[in-house]
Amino acid sequence: MRQRAFLRSGALLVVGALALAACGTRANESDGGAADGQKVVKIGVIAPLTGNLSAIGLGIRNSVDLAIRQANEQNALPGWKIELRAEDDQATPQVGQQAASTLADDPAIAGVVGTYNSSVAQNVMPVLDKASIVQVSPGNTGPALTMGEDLDNPKRPYHNYFRTCTTDAIQGPFGARYVYNTLGIKKIATINDKKTYGVGLVAQFTKEFKALGGEVVSEQTINPDDTDYSSVIAKVAAAKPDLLYYGGEYPQGGPLSRQMKARGLKIPLMGGDGIVDPKYIELGGDTSVGDFGTSVGAPVEALDSAKAFVDAYQKAGFSESYSAYGAYAFDAANAIINGLKVSLKDATEITTDVREATIQAVQNTSFEGTSGHVAFDQFGDNTTKILTVYKVEGGEWTAAHTDSFK
Amino acid sequence: MLTQFVQQLANGVVLGAMYALIALGYTMVYGIIQLINFAHGEIFMIGAFGAFTVYRYVLPDGTSLWVALPLMLLGGVLAAVLVAVAMERFAYRPLRNAPRLAPLITAIGVSIALQEAVRLYYPDARSKLAFPQLISGSPIPIGFGASVDRASVVVVLVSVLCMVALTLFVRRSRMGRAMQATAQDPDTARLMGIDIDRVIVVSFVLGAALAAVAGMAQGLYLGQIDFRMGFIAGLKAFTAAVLGGIGNIQGAVVGGFALGLVEVMAVQYIPGQFGGGAWKDVWAFALLILVLVFRPQGLLGERVADRA
Repeated sequence: MRQRAFLRSGALLVVGALALAACGTRANESDGGAADGQKVVKIGVIAPLTGNLSAIGLGIRNSVDLAIRQANEQNALPGWKIELRAEDDQATPQVGQQAASTLADDPAIAGVVGTYNSSVAQNVMPVLDKASIVQVSPGNTGPALTMGEDLDNPKRPYHNYFRTCTTDAIQGPFGARYVYNTLGIKKIATINDKKTYGVGLVAQFTKEFKALGGEVVSEQTINPDDTDYSSVIAKVAAAKPDLLYYGGEYPQGGPLSRQMKARGLKIPLMGGDGIVDPKYIELGGDTSVGDFGTSVGAPVEALDSAKAFVDAYQKAGFSESYSAYGAYAFDAANAIINGLKVSLKDATEITTDVREATIQAVQNTSFEGTSGHVAFDQFGDNTTKILTVYKVEGGEWTAAHTDSFK
Repeated sequence: MLTQFVQQLANGVVLGAMYALIALGYTMVYGIIQLINFAHGEIFMIGAFGAFTVYRYVLPDGTSLWVALPLMLLGGVLAAVLVAVAMERFAYRPLRNAPRLAPLITAIGVSIALQEAVRLYYPDARSKLAFPQLISGSPIPIGFGASVDRASVVVVLVSVLCMVALTLFVRRSRMGRAMQATAQDPDTARLMGIDIDRVIVVSFVLGAALAAVAGMAQGLYLGQIDFRMGFIAGLKAFTAAVLGGIGNIQGAVVGGFALGLVEVMAVQYIPGQFGGGAWKDVWAFALLILVLVFRPQGLLGERVADRA
């Protein structure tokens, strides 16, 4: 017994010593950087690095890593060496907030790329704002983050927050223009699931579609818990629309499409990024062919400007894919690096003034990025608003039309 | 106008047939042991998963419809009956003479346990599963410009067949008469030589078989199943049973169809802010409250109210 207790305390001592040693090495490393005559500036990443969404989160981290490596190679910030500091938010607001506090306590942090989830961003923004750290998100699509809760009287909540992706608020109008102009359909019906996302999407779509001269012949609702949509479909069918616009997500959208077509209403269904998921096609069955969904951004493979990014990413030898938001994360990191080029020019250390100057510089940045031209408007949104219409074909979502929204 | 009415009538009948099938299980068990078996909705869910399992793991690709459907039905019924018998034996029988709240709470526990078991251990059951589209083809016109899809015809035919068979069984067979006798007075029935335990098991088996038929019917008709499907369906079927008069077999059928029709007609005819699909449940439950206020015994009356 006593021997075991002795062993245990011995093991604890060893572990403790190792931990201390590890800290020591780390400190020495940064000292080593300084010894080269280079000061260290860090760019943080807050993204879901574990859990369901880790594929996206790791793609974001790696893409930022790539941007930093390239900047260091090109000596983009003379006298400064950029380092990456990635923190996991587990797609959870509370964890994200702690990650933000950790980064805010690090004096070398000059900017943060993240988050992926809009809900996490709401908790991260105030922490980084207090520390005057610029935040550029590659994946938040919630309109309220830049415009405030009242979209008709937009008011920017945080001056340090920017994003490179597009928001949900223009998905509806984008879809409406595609239906009216490209498909030539003038008579549609709408169904929403009474949730914030679905109601908002349908409202934005309807507004634009009517402004274009289209007619909305039936406006219906369903419960997210419902499984039988027959009665709503019968009501929609009576109005004889040529397309059904659905505001909601794929667990309801897929079965809705399938039931609609089985009940003889053979018109395409269109929705937002909530239905653009392989599961939609599985639930929708064979008859989901020809349905549409809009999503923010462009399929990276389709963009000429993205080829260099994709090549460099593959050469860098990351074990995970850059995923859906990699290109936006790469642009977000470069926006911060561009800002640092201005703010760090005469600086010797990273003070609050330098951080504020960085925010200003990012606000004024303008460059050709991977996902298109990157520049920010007075709310912190990217001025280039690229969206894509996807169509169900051959059992998968294929890009039908990519365009920038003006 | 008429087209719309007939179309919604058809939708309501299909929905009502499924509610009625599940409601029969509630009402039979309540009639005999005065237990509201809240886990009955999960039996319905397990029936659907049983049928899906046969399709996914047993049948080879390209099996003919006429072979696949009976085998799937068999698989669904088997799964549902096994779970129901085990539930009766291990969860309810030990509590038969306990205060009435104890089996009620147990039923809620069993319901949660079954849902979570399927969610955790059935492959891919964490999200909705697509049920195979076995019955396809263009909708069949039924006159007045309305039409119904082929799966719904099968659903209604099978449901009506089940209801007729159950009625005949309860009225004509020896076991059916024993069930009636037990419902009226279990102590006297036992003195007359009826094996009460067996009667109770049979009522659970019959209820489970009907629920499994409903589960498979919903899979075919709506094209999706998930581990939570039993919750809402069970709640609706319970409403249907109470609406018709719980304990009364004809009442469950009438209540099921009434509920189905009210839901679709509410979608069709209630305009404005309180109309539409999102409000149909509100109107269905409003009807339940009205019926309970003015006719607490249900539309057809509670047949075995003497033992409450």
